[in-house]
Amino acid sequence: MILFEAPNLILALPELVLAVLAMLLLLLSVAGKAENYRLIAKMGVFALMTAAAVTFNFYGQAGTTFGGMFVADNFSSYMKLLVLAGSAVSLLMATKYLEREKTNRTEYPVLIVFSTLGMMLMISANNLISLYMALELQSLPLYVLAAIQRDSVRSTEAGLKYFVLGALSSGLLLYGSSLIYGFTGATGFEQIASALQGQTAVSLGVVTGMVMILAGLAFKISAVPFHMWAPDVYEGAPTPVTAFFAIAPKVAAIALITRVFMGPFGDMAEQWRQVIVALSIASMALGAVAAVTQTNIKRLLAYSSIGHMGYALIGLAAADKAGIQGIVIYITIYMVMSIGAFCIVLMMKQKDKMVENISDLSGLAKQQPLLALAMSVMMFSMAGIPPLAGFFGKLFIFQSAINAGLYTLAVIGVLTSVVAAYYYIRIIKVMYFENAEEELDKAADTGLNLILTAASLAVVFFILLPSPLLASAGAAAQSLIK
Amino acid sequence: MEIGMNHFLVVSAILFTLGVFGIFLNRRNVIVILMSIELMLLSVQINMVTFSTYLQDLTGQAFAMFILTVAAAEAAIGLAILVAFFRNKGSIAVEDISSLKG
Repeated sequence: MILFEAPNLILALPELVLAVLAMLLLLLSVAGKAENYRLIAKMGVFALMTAAAVTFNFYGQAGTTFGGMFVADNFSSYMKLLVLAGSAVSLLMATKYLEREKTNRTEYPVLIVFSTLGMMLMISANNLISLYMALELQSLPLYVLAAIQRDSVRSTEAGLKYFVLGALSSGLLLYGSSLIYGFTGATGFEQIASALQGQTAVSLGVVTGMVMILAGLAFKISAVPFHMWAPDVYEGAPTPVTAFFAIAPKVAAIALITRVFMGPFGDMAEQWRQVIVALSIASMALGAVAAVTQTNIKRLLAYSSIGHMGYALIGLAAADKAGIQGIVIYITIYMVMSIGAFCIVLMMKQKDKMVENISDLSGLAKQQPLLALAMSVMMFSMAGIPPLAGFFGKLFIFQSAINAGLYTLAVIGVLTSVVAAYYYIRIIKVMYFENAEEELDKAADTGLNLILTAASLAVVFFILLPSPLLASAGAAAQSLIK
Repeated sequence: MEIGMNHFLVVSAILFTLGVFGIFLNRRNVIVILMSIELMLLSVQINMVTFSTYLQDLTGQAFAMFILTVAAAEAAIGLAILVAFFRNKGSIAVEDISSLKG
């Protein structure tokens, strides 16, 4: 047995670069003055972009390193680029809001960068130990971010709720990991897979462990019945933090769930498929029904994201290449739509005060027709109306479900998306057909306008140039299929 | 009676269940929730060390050390958030964590 093998650092280069830059950022933010927010935020974006450039440069390089703890492949490169882009954009989106609310402390970019590092490691986790460490590196900064407005009851309460339920979910995940370790004798994903290979009667311990790991991970993507934190945290946390929650961690968590269930538990698809189907149906149904009565737009987007995660899980239930490709496409489009929707939420203010009720959008079409148009594009796309990008996300997911013979799931998915269309279209109705009691301020943030324009164009014109996304999603899915 | 692996696993399962119920049934105090979280993580460590001993494999003990470290960091962050919450609200009773509802 070789006791120590020098790790192949090139495979983990994006993480190493980001880790070094993150620690430099931490030093600078502690050493510098508190007013340096803009500088630190710019450097945070720079660190994320550097890591993205390194990821892009070594795109698709495959292999495992650090004693099999860390895996790199097409899937991980793709998801990492997505997470890095999402984090960088959400950091750019935050500046004006934080300055207005006097929360522009320099720890904000540092926490975002560290959390992103955790997400990248999550995507590349290849061992239960590295999975847990990466998950915690991602979660701990998120708890603090939710409570970053230290003088607000709502923000600290959101942080507290997120912390308690997040810790509960890591507890479930760990207990599951311990059972898997005990019953297979291994923590590495390949070793677990080979221990479970070809078993006809899987022991109860393994199934229990697997379900508990699934429960722990379902918390992170807020799938029903593990969703209860999401609406409260989305509402209570400062809006840029909510945007970050909706954009980056969801991508990383869905990537992790896909890798865990296609990798070590790939041979047990018959056992876990029914659980995934149940989670998916429950998420789609609750996401559609519970959002109807919401008045707060952040809460509504929380339920909407619960629903979207339900759709993404359909692809996992299919458990084949088309299904995973569907997940990758869906989560990419979901990210772009969330970025667009939260740009608009960040622009909602009256007399220089942030507002977040759906009724505050009324009459927007008359005052700011372009903004209303962008919001309509995002809402129609989330509802899945062709020819917008959201339609294609759902199309590929439903196609994979039908190919895998999951007809009920596909039918329920279509039905819930019809119900969900009701509340998306209600927002459009409020903007176009209701009169404002008080007008929204004109959006003056150039950065947000640019990001929103880019997101809207991407959603509208996806139909013209879908092939790069489809091809890279296909290659990413292929690398997970043994 | 000889103490075997099952006894350790049962103890850890009981502790874990107590931890989970402590979070959900507790109506009084957030500190109790933090203790319940700790109980859950510690029960996992008993599991890990038990399996590690019976499998004659050190990975489980290494895992337990990692859990120990992360649990400490988690408790620190949890208490920090709790202090921030207490400064705003003046209470840490579970029933007072209720300004966000839908």
